[in-house]
Parts: sequence; C-alpha cells; structure tokens
Amino acid sequence: MRSGLIAKKLGMTRVFAEDGTHIPVTVLAVDNCQVVAHRTTETHGYNAMQLGVGKAKVKNVNKALRGHFAKAEVEPKMKLAEFRIEGDGFVDVGAEITADHFVSDQFVDVVGTSIGKGFAGAMKRHNFGGMRATHGVSVSHRAHGSTGQCQDPGKVFKGKKMAGHMGAARVTTQNLKVVSTDKDRGLVLIRGAVPGSKGSWVFVADAVKKARHSDAPYPAAFVAKGGKPEPVEETAQADTPAEETAAADTATEE
Amino acid sequence: MNTVEKLEQEQIEKLTAERPVPEFRPGDSLRVHVKVVEGTRERIQAFEGVCIARNGGGINANFTVRKISYGEGVERIFPLYSPRIDRIEVIRQGVVRRAKLYYLRELRGKKARIRERREDRYASKSGE
Repeated sequence: MRSGLIAKKLGMTRVFAEDGTHIPVTVLAVDNCQVVAHRTTETHGYNAMQLGVGKAKVKNVNKALRGHFAKAEVEPKMKLAEFRIEGDGFVDVGAEITADHFVSDQFVDVVGTSIGKGFAGAMKRHNFGGMRATHGVSVSHRAHGSTGQCQDPGKVFKGKKMAGHMGAARVTTQNLKVVSTDKDRGLVLIRGAVPGSKGSWVFVADAVKKARHSDAPYPAAFVAKGGKPEPVEETAQADTPAEETAAADTATEE
Repeated sequence: MNTVEKLEQEQIEKLTAERPVPEFRPGDSLRVHVKVVEGTRERIQAFEGVCIARNGGGINANFTVRKISYGEGVERIFPLYSPRIDRIEVIRQGVVRRAKLYYLRELRGKKARIRERREDRYASKSGE
C-alpha cells in the first residue's frame, strides 16, 4: 500500500489522443504536498503518513497546529490528511510528494466532497419516477407516492427513500485511469469526472481493487527536504532493473 | 489564464502545428476532409457544405456543416481541432447576418442560397 496525495480539483477539459479519439479529463493540481507527520504501529497502532498541501496564512492557523507544523519544520498547510501505508513505505517528514507519484495508465481512487444539492426531492435524490402529468394528478407531480402499507405495519419503515439533504458528502470514485502527469507544474490528469466542485480538495490514491502499476515508484516519488531533487528511491520490491541502475548512478555521483 | 486554459492552449498550438485551422465563419462553404477507417485501411473522405454554426471555445470548439445529400439535409458536427480531420478548405465566403443559420433547415433550393462575400466590396462598404 503506497501513500496517496492531496490535490486540488481545477476543472475538466479534453485531450485528443494520437488516434484521434478524445479523452475527457479532470485536471488536478498538487501544490507543495509535504509529509507533515508519521503514524507508526509502535506509538499510534497503525502505519500512516500525514500529508499537508497548499500554503495557509500563519494568522489563520491556530496555536496547536502552528506547533504541529513547527515540529515538522514545514510551512503551515491548508489541508491535512492521513494515508495508510505499509511499514516500509515511510518517507521522511518534510519531503515533498510530487505529481509523478502516479504514472500514466495506472488506476486510482479519488475521494472528494460532492457538490451540495441542498434539500432535494425524491425524484432528484433517489431517481424516483414521480407521478403522471395528467389523469387527475394535481399538485403532486414530483411527489414520491406511497411510503408503505396500511394499519399493519402501521409505520414507515426505517431507511425509506424520501426527500432530504443531498450532496456535500464524502464520495469515493474507484478505478479512474491516470492519463498523464506533469511533475514541473504538479498536474495529474485523470480520465473522467472526480467528485467535488472546482477548487475543492481531493485525495488521490492507488486503486484498492487493482494491482499496483509496475512502474509506480515505491514508496513514493518525492523531493527530499531542502529542495534537493532526489529521484525515485530504491524500489523496495526491486521490480524494474532500470530503476535500480538509475538509483545506483545517482549514488555514485554523490 | 488559469492552468486548465493554459493546458488547452498548449494542446491547440500542438494540434494546429500539425493541421492549421483556416479562418472561417458561419455562411462560408467548406470542404472538410475527414479520415475514415474502413476495416484496416484508412482513407480520406470529403464532406462539403455550408458552415451553419460555430460553437464552444478553446479546445472544445466545434462547427456544424450542412449539406443536401440526395435531396436530404445532412448536418455534421466536427470538433475544430480533431486529429480525425485531415484539412479544412474554405471554398466560398458568404454574407450572413446571423451567427447560427438554423433557418436554413426550413429552406430549400433557391431560397437557401447565401450571397457571396467579396473582400473588396466588403472593405469599401465598411469604409463608408
């Protein structure tokens, strides 16, 4: 299990493929996504990395969080989130996870907060059919109709689909394909739609229902603290020899 | 310009470098050469007609071409920057007073004609 990252949804556009087909894509921006803290089995009971993204004004950060960021020696972040990882998948605190953490054609799950619809009727909320337009129906064309039986059971069953609040909930969209990534600008292009409005934060992580892509860097694609670009760490699985040689080259340079 | 627009602009530049998009307006007659895949072979087919509308902006821009084929009106909508289009030829420029020429759907034969736009006349008229 690799860490995911926090991104901002910028909007949707299309990409024309080589063969002339076009791909609808959502553009996600990864803006300075740094590791802020570690959660380990010894102290917390589970393995996870806390990531932070964006840049918050110091005046808007409370004292407790200022202390938390100071401990990690990172700039105050706008959004914090934890990602569960394996015990060997830790990246040092302060390292910046870059957009090339994901590779083209790999599958990801994206978590976001869906656009709020307010108090929505049964037709919009549960795809009910509504009532007839004519044949004596008056006033209640969009009503949900009957909600149950008669004196027996004499109540409306719990969980009955009715009108109510819709949207503004945490939604996970699984198995979305990554079209491309742009490390320099911190962009991840994902095929199809992603929950949430433009400008909202989304959590992107490897798809839980697919095997990890063989080219995906493990434990993460990151720039170590201090801005020194450090290429892909030695792959723990040692799946591709090319990466190993690349890592060895940099080691000799240093 | 935001990042999404910037991405679109870069893609437009890349696509227009391969296939330039001529300047045309609704009312102009076009010949659109479309790449058609038949089985394993790919050939180029021309679709000739009047541009009756241009829609969208950026990479999403598209245009509608209408022609009368065997007495039946046919309209096709093309994405302006689609790589499936080999080239776009402007055959004739027309004078129209609408951005969307949907009224042409109701008209047949002589009534569906569009006056030709000649640059010299146009220039003298605007100079008045």
